[in-house]
Amino acid sequence: MNTSAAHPSAPTTAETVSERKNYLNADYGILSWLLTRDHKRIAILYLISVSAFFALGSIFAALIRFELLTPEGDLMQADTYNRVFTMHGVIMVFFFLIPAIPAVLGNFLLPIMIGAKDLAMPKLNLASWYVYNLGGIFTLWALVHGGVDTGWTFYTPFSTTYSNTYVISTALGVFINGFSTIFTGLNFIVTVHRMRAPGLSWFRLPLFIWSMYATSLVIVLGTPVIAITLLLVAAERAFGLGIFDPRLGGDPILFQHMFWFYSHPAVYIMILPSMGVISELVAAFARKRIFGYRIVAFASVGIAVLGFLVWGHHMFVTGQSMYAATVFSVLSMLVAVPSAVKVFNWTATLYEGSISYQTPMLYALGFIGLFTIGGLTGVMVATLGFDIHVHDTYFIVAHFHYVMVGGTIMGYLGGLHYWWPKMFGRMYPGFLSRLSALLVFVGFNLTFFPQFLLGYMGMPRRYWSYPPEFQVLNVLSTAGATVLGVGFILPIFYFAWSLKFGKKAGDNPWGAVGLEWDTTSPPPTLNFYTQPVVTAPPYEYNREDVHNRTTQEAPVG
Amino acid sequence: MNPQPSSFQVIPEAASTLARDVDALTVVWTLISLFFTVLIAGLIIVFMSRYRRRHPDEVGLPERAPIWLEIAWSVIPLGIMLAMFVWGTLIFYKSYRPPANAVEYYATGKQWMWKFQHPNGTREINHLHVPINQPIRLTLSSEDVIHSFYVPAFRVKQDAVPGRYTSLWFEARKTGVYHMFCTEYCGTEHSKMIGSVTVMEPREYEDWLASGGLGGGAAGQGTSLSGAALFENLGCETCHRTKGGGGLQRGPVLQGVFGSQVKLADGSTVTADDAYVRESILNPQAKLVAGYDPVMPTFQGQVSEEQLSQLISYVRSLGPAGAAPAGGTGGANAGPGDAAGGQVDANAPQTAGPAKQPTQQ
Amino acid sequence: MASSPLTDTHGHGAHHHPALAHQFDSLDQQKESSTLGMWLFLVTEIMFFGGLFLAYVLYRGRYPEAFLQGSNTLNVWLGGLNTAVLIGSSWTMVLAIWAAQVNWRKGIVIFLILTMALGSTFLVVKAFEYHHKWEEHHIPGKLGMFFNSPFQFAGDEPQHVEIFFSLYFIMTGLHATHMVIGIGVLLVLTILAWKGHYGPEYYNPLEMAGLYWHFVDIVWIFLFPLLYLLGAHVH
Repeated sequence: MNTSAAHPSAPTTAETVSERKNYLNADYGILSWLLTRDHKRIAILYLISVSAFFALGSIFAALIRFELLTPEGDLMQADTYNRVFTMHGVIMVFFFLIPAIPAVLGNFLLPIMIGAKDLAMPKLNLASWYVYNLGGIFTLWALVHGGVDTGWTFYTPFSTTYSNTYVISTALGVFINGFSTIFTGLNFIVTVHRMRAPGLSWFRLPLFIWSMYATSLVIVLGTPVIAITLLLVAAERAFGLGIFDPRLGGDPILFQHMFWFYSHPAVYIMILPSMGVISELVAAFARKRIFGYRIVAFASVGIAVLGFLVWGHHMFVTGQSMYAATVFSVLSMLVAVPSAVKVFNWTATLYEGSISYQTPMLYALGFIGLFTIGGLTGVMVATLGFDIHVHDTYFIVAHFHYVMVGGTIMGYLGGLHYWWPKMFGRMYPGFLSRLSALLVFVGFNLTFFPQFLLGYMGMPRRYWSYPPEFQVLNVLSTAGATVLGVGFILPIFYFAWSLKFGKKAGDNPWGAVGLEWDTTSPPPTLNFYTQPVVTAPPYEYNREDVHNRTTQEAPVG
Repeated sequence: MNPQPSSFQVIPEAASTLARDVDALTVVWTLISLFFTVLIAGLIIVFMSRYRRRHPDEVGLPERAPIWLEIAWSVIPLGIMLAMFVWGTLIFYKSYRPPANAVEYYATGKQWMWKFQHPNGTREINHLHVPINQPIRLTLSSEDVIHSFYVPAFRVKQDAVPGRYTSLWFEARKTGVYHMFCTEYCGTEHSKMIGSVTVMEPREYEDWLASGGLGGGAAGQGTSLSGAALFENLGCETCHRTKGGGGLQRGPVLQGVFGSQVKLADGSTVTADDAYVRESILNPQAKLVAGYDPVMPTFQGQVSEEQLSQLISYVRSLGPAGAAPAGGTGGANAGPGDAAGGQVDANAPQTAGPAKQPTQQ
Repeated sequence: MASSPLTDTHGHGAHHHPALAHQFDSLDQQKESSTLGMWLFLVTEIMFFGGLFLAYVLYRGRYPEAFLQGSNTLNVWLGGLNTAVLIGSSWTMVLAIWAAQVNWRKGIVIFLILTMALGSTFLVVKAFEYHHKWEEHHIPGKLGMFFNSPFQFAGDEPQHVEIFFSLYFIMTGLHATHMVIGIGVLLVLTILAWKGHYGPEYYNPLEMAGLYWHFVDIVWIFLFPLLYLLGAHVH
């Protein structure tokens, strides 16, 4: 995507003399952050909150892995272990994976990439961050009072009747957090519809915007359903109603239908943004238009729509009718088609490209590999005859971690490394960041690949102790987790270091095209000095005027 | 008796008729996945070295995206998936529908143990002994939360859901002791809700039964016999008299009822299966038999899940079909996804199974 | 480059309406955005109530007799009165927007107050109905015990009737919560209208509040027959 020929971010003469004003130095003081309506500052606020929850969730993950080093439950009590894996799931799913890319990268980039001054509803955007933290406080309140042990799935009647832990507070925390997600999604849809720069038609939108748009559709349609479901769980628990209680004529399976009607599409809330990031990264580091741009864009929307029709595949062994299971099985496989098409298109984009191996690209390539495995095992578990055996075993755990960690987190880290110089105007060290990408990739595979085998051998998930023949693979998995942990910790240090000591990045360190690279790094409060006008489709690396501005590449590494 | 920690093997012991089918499916799927993973990884590596950026200002060549390529890589994976879907679904159907000669066992999940009942009434906890080469249909229920019955060596799994019956079947093909797990998270001791399935030669199994089993239950004291005692103790006999017993006939005669079509007061008919008998005990007015007054009290709260199984087993033993499984429901009764399905879904037509409904003329 | 320098928007040049927010180029764009946003919000509301309607449909199909009995204990006349009150309030809401369009500022305030009054009437009637349920011991679960009126039901299948009342209280309770929020929003708008914020060129907030208000009405239009009128054809 190009603006017209003149360098669009040319600062005025007054600004070249002193330091240019940007969103970071436009205002100082804690209140200028806490009351900001600037989407970029809100993105930074989200980055801090989301990272804190990610750290917390990772600590729980570490506890799980260390408990599973030995077949006996010797590190903690069974009750403690149940709370640990529940908090790991709740925090990672609702407070990290769902908001991570939309609320941090999406918030920062969506208005810039469409040439807008801000999101359509800046106050709602700020409110969403406060609501997110309020939901977090409810959940943390439950945590410090002893946690919750229902699993992140809150299955009834265990959660409504039998659990003795803080289910209501956690459910309300997730309920409240849902509003923050809805606010973000709603804001994105309106912004994409109404705030695009002149000339920016739908098929000139970067694929990141397409995937954000598809994600937002899922958020708007799905999140209210989990809200009412968890509200019913809380009400049933508090008031002893019988809606999900079989002893009172209620139906516990109704809960599973309502829960998965949201929670399966929620998987796409987590993975679609990451796919958008990968499209940007592959195009930028292969310096090539994404292969089959329109098909990749439609694939995002297709995944979003089909995602709503497949929830029943979580319930193949509940006693669902044979025919319902058949339909859900075939529909689940259909989702794999647009996903596979995306993978093929990314790979084909590399063909005849000009590929550089800077850190973000390493994450992107890692994503493609891991997502391929996650996706293929996803089709395997959609196959009825196979799922019956591996349902609720470690095979499932491995599969969704390949999609969630190998997909979402790889995409999130890749995107963060790609846009970090835009966000803060400084580069991070190349060697360390490449090392961390490598550690994440290796550690991840070592952690989760053995779990596929464990699952096929029959080890059920959520087990605090297990038969001794499963130990070898569990030890491998824990060893991998430590490597993965180091890979995750490294970026904290070099990102923090770069804020002060990093080399100045320049406006377009990667020589990429896209409106975000046409403004300064960091961008000014209203994103652009002059209103950008779009005259070409995205990822146009072959136009003459592009060649003239690809000389700023930072020598990273 | 616990399964011996076998040596490290990724494909667990295949000890049922279903296991070989599932393993074959797995192997083919794994090969397909491997092919695509290697294909993608290989292409990435080739392109990475072939199209390495050689000059900082270099850009990629203009995109050439032939539509046939897009169609090819949409349609080919779709075709492979649909083929695998058909294969996997056929295996599932096989696991869903028990063969006609399957023998009825009952299992009840409870925090945190499995309770089993053999056809002759022998009871066990957390261990199940079964004869080899005999199809066995296990009807599952739960006294509290959702559990899930899983035997990796048989490749079978089914949730036990409170308030309804579900079932699975298997036919063991190898003697030995195998793991049995609960796979639906059910609270504190979820990971201790494990046990074993022992597959025995028929003669050994008979001996085992004759010796009273390891889990208690006197030999010969069958489920249906203890059910008969319960039937008497609860006073069912007062109303559900046997034919020609004289006196006032307030409730329908139960001889020959099980497995037949019953005409209801509202004109509809239901199949008298496990779920219907269960509902009639717990909620007698829900589906009243034509010609009778709604006078039967509910037994909700008075009989446990286990006793219910015994009563049903007794009613079954009075039926014409004897111990043959009623209907072809391998998996379960319809779930709530089938909207109008009942709590214990007696009025939903049994999903078509190969086993013919034994009909009463 | 055909574009205006962005610095203009910093200074809010004199040609800008004071209600124009900094991220928009024109009032039209702002209005289109908030309208789309409001409709999307209503979509989330539909999905939210949709979950409850799903539960309702499932249990009504499963326990038709119990739902009939439960429905028959509700007062059709009070429910009907409330339906009329809400439809009336939608009408006054529309009149408030009309008053803004014809620049009748006093009219805006009058009609908003009328709308709030009708909304409050609805809530008062609802409160009487709830009180009546309390007297009849029809409050389900621990809630009934908490209010010293444990659930009792003389007819058949009392447990299943209790499920009907659980759904009744959750559905009407959430609806009433939406009414309370709506009245709060209208209160703020009334004060702003009093201060003269709205006129023919800018009445967007009124329109958005109106959309919300009508939506809450429509939810009731569905709740009323589903909860109150099940037995009507039997008499």
